[in-house]
Amino acid sequence: MRAMVYRGPYKVRTEEKERPAIEHPNDAIVRVTLAAICGSDLHLYHGMMPDTRIGHTFGHEIIGVVDEVGSSVQNLQVGDRVMIPFNIFCGTCWYCARGLYSNCHNVNPNATAVGGIYGYSHTTGGYDGGQAEYVRVPFADVGPSRIPDWMADEDAVLLTDATATGYFGAQLGDIVQGDVVVVFGAGPVGLVAAKSAWLMGAGRVIVIDHLDHRLEKARSFAHAETYNFTEYGDIVLEMKKTTDWLGADVAIDCVGAEADGNFLQHVTSSKLKLQGGSPVALNWAIDSVRKGATISVMGAYGPLFSAVKFGDAMNKGLTIHTNQAPVKRQWPRLFEHVRNGYLKPSELVTHRIPLEHIAEGYHIFSAKLDGCIKPLVVPSAA
Amino acid sequence: MTYTPHKPPLAESPEQLRARIPGWGVDLDPKDRPSVPKLQFQEDFTGAHWEFPERQPERYPRERSPEHGMLTPVFGTAQPPSGVSGAIRRYAYRYSEGRTAHWLLLVLGDRVDAWEHHLKSLLTLHPDNPVTETGVKAEFTHHGLRSRVGQHRTDLKHQVLDPVIVGGPWIAAAGAAYAGARRVSRSLARAGSDGHRPVH
Repeated sequence: MRAMVYRGPYKVRTEEKERPAIEHPNDAIVRVTLAAICGSDLHLYHGMMPDTRIGHTFGHEIIGVVDEVGSSVQNLQVGDRVMIPFNIFCGTCWYCARGLYSNCHNVNPNATAVGGIYGYSHTTGGYDGGQAEYVRVPFADVGPSRIPDWMADEDAVLLTDATATGYFGAQLGDIVQGDVVVVFGAGPVGLVAAKSAWLMGAGRVIVIDHLDHRLEKARSFAHAETYNFTEYGDIVLEMKKTTDWLGADVAIDCVGAEADGNFLQHVTSSKLKLQGGSPVALNWAIDSVRKGATISVMGAYGPLFSAVKFGDAMNKGLTIHTNQAPVKRQWPRLFEHVRNGYLKPSELVTHRIPLEHIAEGYHIFSAKLDGCIKPLVVPSAA
Repeated sequence: MTYTPHKPPLAESPEQLRARIPGWGVDLDPKDRPSVPKLQFQEDFTGAHWEFPERQPERYPRERSPEHGMLTPVFGTAQPPSGVSGAIRRYAYRYSEGRTAHWLLLVLGDRVDAWEHHLKSLLTLHPDNPVTETGVKAEFTHHGLRSRVGQHRTDLKHQVLDPVIVGGPWIAAAGAAYAGARRVSRSLARAGSDGHRPVH
């Protein structure tokens, strides 16, 4: 089959690879019809995630058609059109039993601090991902769902991570009616988090980024006020000014490990790999909120330490909520929101990249060319 | 305002927000938020029909975090460790995730792995090509210049480092290979001229 493979930092290509096989009775093999490149894939692409092996196939936002099922699979059949949450999870460990699917303890031997994720290095379990013609789907009775007939493919693929993560991020903000919510990062997750903040009753939603085309999308897609932080000497001070010196009630970090805005922080993390991530957005979030506020961290960080201003967080009495999104837990309610037109994930798609042009796709997304917000990957056999 | 008990007023009332934003407030009640509260026992186990799943066969000694009490019943089998990088990685898994050594050894393993594969690829019909594999062609097909000029982008300050990160090691390796070849060639030439030295 054809598959994207990692060849080292900033280098990927499409090559011929063996079709995945059933390795466990509850595995399925899915023929991928549409995948996406996630902002967090760029951390792998830039060589920031420890134990990212040469030859690894990325891709954790996947939809497709079931091509083969293992002997114990009961809930899926060959030919089913399915959407696959980015979490690989068993359904019955201590965490899964309590709905923390992203923290499953039965799928990632390499680390206990993170669950299993498709195509996201060996630190998340060593599973090849879905930027390929076929993908192995463990626990097929638990993870994937049939795509409802009314749902478009592009909505479905964005529900497998970006939309669910943004929606989950807003929930972790514990928003109450009238809250001022500041979202750092206007990528797909930030845009959905901003829109979701309104669904939860926010009184004001502010989105901060440095890319004008993304801020334009924040205004049109998420009805948000926007700030380009490069236009202000000090974005934290600006947030204090605009909130009558109180600070925001809730901040959501949707940037993560490669935050810009501080050259030293960015270079020591993204380029020199001396930190788990550049916590610029997180530090701005800590300083932009009022005392006693809540911060939701949706941006992905690597497992190494990062220079976070924890003293300010402690002294301000902040509540910090974090986690990878347990995607499937979000779906029933998200399906309603998509069907009612409150959320339109496919509006975030800007590029459709043929699998054979994967290197160009990663470069466009990484270098933020051509107004790119969300690139999809279309396998040759789709 | 901040210095009094009152919260600063909002520009729009709930009615105005409801009229302007489709779906405003539909998840106002925490009961409508699927991840509130965080821990909720899932009676249906999300479709699982086991309490502990069957075990996937372990076809090679699978590396695992020492913070796990056992090998997880299911695991990825992509890219088993091999070569020098594989030895480094296996060594890294002696340390817990709480030890910096664990992660730094894995980062070292990644860099060694890249070089092992770059060198191996030179012996194949499909050698690594830093030009095609970086996708820089997109600079010309997807408005590389227009995407940067006149924009308020702060990432341009460090994007100039990207070619150094990608190309630097290749240039350094080519320089080292050249220097090595030159040294060998000089040694051979010296040995040759020594061979013609008259014996007294």
